[in-house]
Amino acid sequence: VDDLLSRGLRQLLQDQCTPQLVRRIESGESAAALWAMLEESGFPDALVGEAQGGAGLALSDVFELLELCGTHAMPVPLGETMLARAVLASAGIERPAGSIALAPGHGTAGGGMRCVNVPGGRVADWVLVQRRDECLLLPVAQAERTAAVLVLDATLEWNVSTVAAAPRAEGTHDLQLLQACVSAAQLAGALMSVFTRTLQYANERVQFGRPIGKFQAIQHQLAVLSEHTFAARMAAQIGCHAPGWRPDRLRVAVAKARTSEAAVEAAALAHAIHGAIGFTAEYDLQLFTRRLHAWRQAGGSESCWHDVLGRQLVDDDRGLALDLLRATTDLP
Amino acid sequence: MSTLDSLQATAIPPEDEALRRPVRAFLARAMQDVPAHVRSRSWSGYDPAFTRELARRGWVGLTLPKEYGGGGRSAYARYVLVEELLNFGAPVGSHWIADRQSAPLILKYGSEAQKRFYVPAVCRGEAFFCIGMSEPNAGSDLAGVKTRAARNDAGWVLNGQKIWTTNAHNCHYMIALVRTSGSAEDRHQGLSQVIVDLKLPGVTVRPIKDLTGESHFCEVFFDNVQLAPDALIGEAGHGWEQVTSELAFERSGPERLYSSIVLFDEWLAYVRTPAGRTPESVRLAGRVAAQLAPLRAMSIAITSKLARGESPLVEAALVKDIGTGVEQLIPAAIADDLYRRDTHAVPLELLRTLDYVTQVAPTYSLRGGTRDILRGMIARGLGLR
Repeated sequence: VDDLLSRGLRQLLQDQCTPQLVRRIESGESAAALWAMLEESGFPDALVGEAQGGAGLALSDVFELLELCGTHAMPVPLGETMLARAVLASAGIERPAGSIALAPGHGTAGGGMRCVNVPGGRVADWVLVQRRDECLLLPVAQAERTAAVLVLDATLEWNVSTVAAAPRAEGTHDLQLLQACVSAAQLAGALMSVFTRTLQYANERVQFGRPIGKFQAIQHQLAVLSEHTFAARMAAQIGCHAPGWRPDRLRVAVAKARTSEAAVEAAALAHAIHGAIGFTAEYDLQLFTRRLHAWRQAGGSESCWHDVLGRQLVDDDRGLALDLLRATTDLP
Repeated sequence: MSTLDSLQATAIPPEDEALRRPVRAFLARAMQDVPAHVRSRSWSGYDPAFTRELARRGWVGLTLPKEYGGGGRSAYARYVLVEELLNFGAPVGSHWIADRQSAPLILKYGSEAQKRFYVPAVCRGEAFFCIGMSEPNAGSDLAGVKTRAARNDAGWVLNGQKIWTTNAHNCHYMIALVRTSGSAEDRHQGLSQVIVDLKLPGVTVRPIKDLTGESHFCEVFFDNVQLAPDALIGEAGHGWEQVTSELAFERSGPERLYSSIVLFDEWLAYVRTPAGRTPESVRLAGRVAAQLAPLRAMSIAITSKLARGESPLVEAALVKDIGTGVEQLIPAAIADDLYRRDTHAVPLELLRTLDYVTQVAPTYSLRGGTRDILRGMIARGLGLR
């Protein structure tokens, strides 16, 4: 099943989510046409139960879909929308059309809501906002929007009446966990793109009379790059191991920590091997290495998740560290 | 890159996972009074009595066929067993090589008589093997071996020298890579594997004292050692293929992740006390766990490939290169954590364990193929050479 699915999305993204389109959306063009195609494909409802009109897939079934979003530097929050819609469906809230970003919210003095540096906040239609023990679904169109640090992100603020009218899902939903799970899988995909592009470049670029990939120093750097790619992909798989759509906190901690560490190393190695050309806007490498840094930050950096694993090991567990390794890697 | 995305997380079958409980119960008793700095020797620890006790329980030669005295269990069962042995720091060095490599090699390439003679003794914990590969002028460049076995009327006459042979002074047999034809210039051609009884006249084993003050590896000299005709294992001239076919087994196992795990657990026990817990140590604990968990999943995924009869050499090289990196990170990072404190409150046993592991850590990325050799293999796997 998941093989067919991923083939479908791969084809769609290859045809539609091209580097040219990613550049245009990053420079301010609307993402509506791309999203309309994704909506048409049904992928945003992959994790919604069949009874509610979705595909009823488990998180582990969609790992490769999330990874593909990374492979193609997806400029809209498809993965976030998949999980947000699962949250809404499980809370019995009607799902609106359009993409949904995820963010923690902070109440404003006037009773409104403010979300700072929302990943994908500039291109999303909605934001699912966590506030204490409930989640609110807020429309981006009605937000006051200011630019954030990254081009696809935004800082958004809603007034009190919009907040009051927002549909809300009772209960605690750890939206940072969902963001981390999606970002880890996307990192795995982006790492793969960075790795294959760098390998190809090393085979093609000739200096001193031969492809630079023939030099041992470059070969060893590529070996290290492949190690990070390989380990991060396994970590991201672990993050998606869950029987239903809800990710497991400790597995996601492994996933987000390891992929984020890899992102930093891989971006540095890829740029070192590419030389000056990799730093140009025209060359595609930057689309992916900038994503590596963006997704490393989204949902918490490696230290954020090291702390989660560390507190489990130090404060909650007794006995061998092996038992935590088993708990996070044995299939559920 | 097909090699990379073909590794899928794999489950250990329940019947094999079930082995963990009895093994752990045994080890919890057997190891309870052994101090951590001794347990941290792990698969370098030599204890024939412990090996025989494991063998009595059927835990030596677990994957070998029952008709040769083995347990007939799967590679996953061995994974569970070995993982527990290493995490408890059990002294498994006596039978380690025989169990992991030598007996499987004999089963794959040996004659029926060789299988019947050696394998049951390995499974009883009575025949210990070492691997004779490196020579003074053939280390990473193994194809340059010069030790020669020449045919004569009585079989083979062996002359030459091996070095860095782990545990040779405690072993009964060596499986040696030797030249049976041609010269060092012929590289991989003309190499063969022979089994050498280390008690034979003309064999001299000289332990080499290492920087810890102990002796783990040896020089072994062969001076006109007369070998019987059946000392040859497999085919003459096929030694190189035979040696390389075993490398995936050697490089992807749990022993490439857990060499510093006894130290890590000992440190964790201290960090779990109110005096030991700091925010920095909590973060470090998580950092190590986040490195080890994906490695364990990769190592199990490779085990599943081996169980299906594949030979994932490049993946195994990857896991070993990353795994030994984490094994070396553990003592370095723990030393930084402990020695930023006032160490009068830190348990002496923890500091002794740290000291031992710090000293032996360089060997993790030497034994079984150096970093540079592994990265060269990965580069070849990536099509770069």
